[in-house]
Amino acid sequence: MTLTREEVEHIANLARLQLSEEELALYRGQLSAILEYFSQLQVLDTTEIPPTASVLPARSVLREDRVRPGLNREELLRNAPEEEAGQIRVPPVLD
Amino acid sequence: MHDFEAVIGVEVHAELETQSKMFCSCQVLDVTRAEPNTAVCPVCTGMPGVLPVVNRLAVEYALRVALALQCQVAPVSVFARKNYFYPDLPKGYQISQYEYPLARHGRLLILTTTGERAIGIRRVHLEEDTGKLTHVNQEGQTYSLVDLNRAGIPLLEIVTEPDLQTAEEVRAYAVALRSVLRYLGVNSGDMQKGVLRIEPNISVRRQGSQEFGTRVEIKNLNSFRALERSVAYEIQRQIETLQNGGRIIQETLGWDEGRGVTVTQRVKEQEDDYRYFPEPDLPPLTIEPVWIEQIRQGMPELPVAKYQRFQQQYGLGPYDAEVLTAEKEVADYFEQVLAAAPQASPKVVANWITGELFGLLNQAGQDIATVQISPQALGELIQLVVRAEINQNSAKLVLEEMFTSGEPAARIVVARNLTQISDPDQIADLVSQVLRDNPTQVEAYLGGKEPVLKWLFGRVMQAARGRANPQVIQGELERQLAEMKQG
Repeated sequence: MTLTREEVEHIANLARLQLSEEELALYRGQLSAILEYFSQLQVLDTTEIPPTASVLPARSVLREDRVRPGLNREELLRNAPEEEAGQIRVPPVLD
Repeated sequence: MHDFEAVIGVEVHAELETQSKMFCSCQVLDVTRAEPNTAVCPVCTGMPGVLPVVNRLAVEYALRVALALQCQVAPVSVFARKNYFYPDLPKGYQISQYEYPLARHGRLLILTTTGERAIGIRRVHLEEDTGKLTHVNQEGQTYSLVDLNRAGIPLLEIVTEPDLQTAEEVRAYAVALRSVLRYLGVNSGDMQKGVLRIEPNISVRRQGSQEFGTRVEIKNLNSFRALERSVAYEIQRQIETLQNGGRIIQETLGWDEGRGVTVTQRVKEQEDDYRYFPEPDLPPLTIEPVWIEQIRQGMPELPVAKYQRFQQQYGLGPYDAEVLTAEKEVADYFEQVLAAAPQASPKVVANWITGELFGLLNQAGQDIATVQISPQALGELIQLVVRAEINQNSAKLVLEEMFTSGEPAARIVVARNLTQISDPDQIADLVSQVLRDNPTQVEAYLGGKEPVLKWLFGRVMQAARGRANPQVIQGELERQLAEMKQG
């Protein structure tokens, strides 16, 4: 199972990554190997097994609707590369 | 033009107005007014090593909506990650539901000029809202600012079947759904503030064709008017494009209110590109039947049921019933006024509310929730009219004064000396005076010009400073004129 070059470019684009020619070739090989490894699962016959979203016992854990303090703004913005007017400043994303 | 038909589905996102967010305990704020980034925590800002926990009330609100839309609620539904990279989405994915939504297969009755129609509801699912981006372009610099107050607010997605065909139907659906959400107390329905977002998707095809055309989606509609106009425009645009040999491309459009046209926003990512998978941080959501039953017991009477009851119980026409039941507050107000004015017919009470009172509210830019006139006070005013203690015109003046001062009707009637004059002798005097003062008009009437009677009536009412009983004037005028004719 080998990914095409176009597929790798598409995945990189979804991840907003710009890859060089060398990286494209390198990741194409690595991603293909990962897929190959996981494709071993395909040999199992799952026709009798219902789709499973979780192996935990089916029991919802819900919290009451109560407000509790979170981060103050200074703490949050300390993690931001740039800030302005109490907001996180990022490159333009108009599209 | 006649060989094309439109196929329209509607996707609605409604924020659920809980106190805290969907998966964390941050406060749900009015994000259009709050200081940015003041309701945030490690969970809703996507810090590593944290876990989401589902808000019980958000699920309960979602179940209320699901039941109101007559959906089948899934005993087990599954949260899923929808992956995409955008700065308003701090985790790099949105927690949503995909293959196993909370509820499916519902319906909502809508009212249009051509009658009632049931619109199929395909699914109702829970997710979280994203942050808010502000795009800045100043002094040659362009960048975006991120406010995460909205990130993680509970969001309900409600998707119809492609059952709608016209712009009018789309509007009617939006109006009906908004009304349901407000009745249930889960969403204010404020489209300007973006807590209720209505996104139609539209395609056209040759009439009778079984295949669907390429569909486009319209976003950023902040009023019913924009919704209806944009759908009408888009249907027309697609038909003309196809007739001229063009093709429709799948895209997301915005609405330019000023120019009245749709404009390209972005070419949509394909469904596959979101790489949905079950959310590993949350167990499947199980809904016990007993919980559904509890919620069912607590459901209010919904707009459609009220609309039907108002017609049956009170003998109102569909128009009055619709206007009175669109908002729960108005419906409650109507029934309270009716109780306070037991001698008035429901139609009379309806007219006072939808005519006079709504007129004053519109002028003042107010709504029924803030009106100074209590239902009891309006009931008392209507009783005065029904008992002929004041006439209709005086009552309108009294209502205006009640609206601004909040004083009770009886006090205004006394203070402004508006008590109706019904004493026949007093009115007879006024009539004779008017007939004496206007010989030319009397002559004309006696000579066969019947419409002059109306004019004379007006004179008498004027002489009584608007307070005379109109039936008594009419009778007295006709009596005295008849006498003059004979004499």
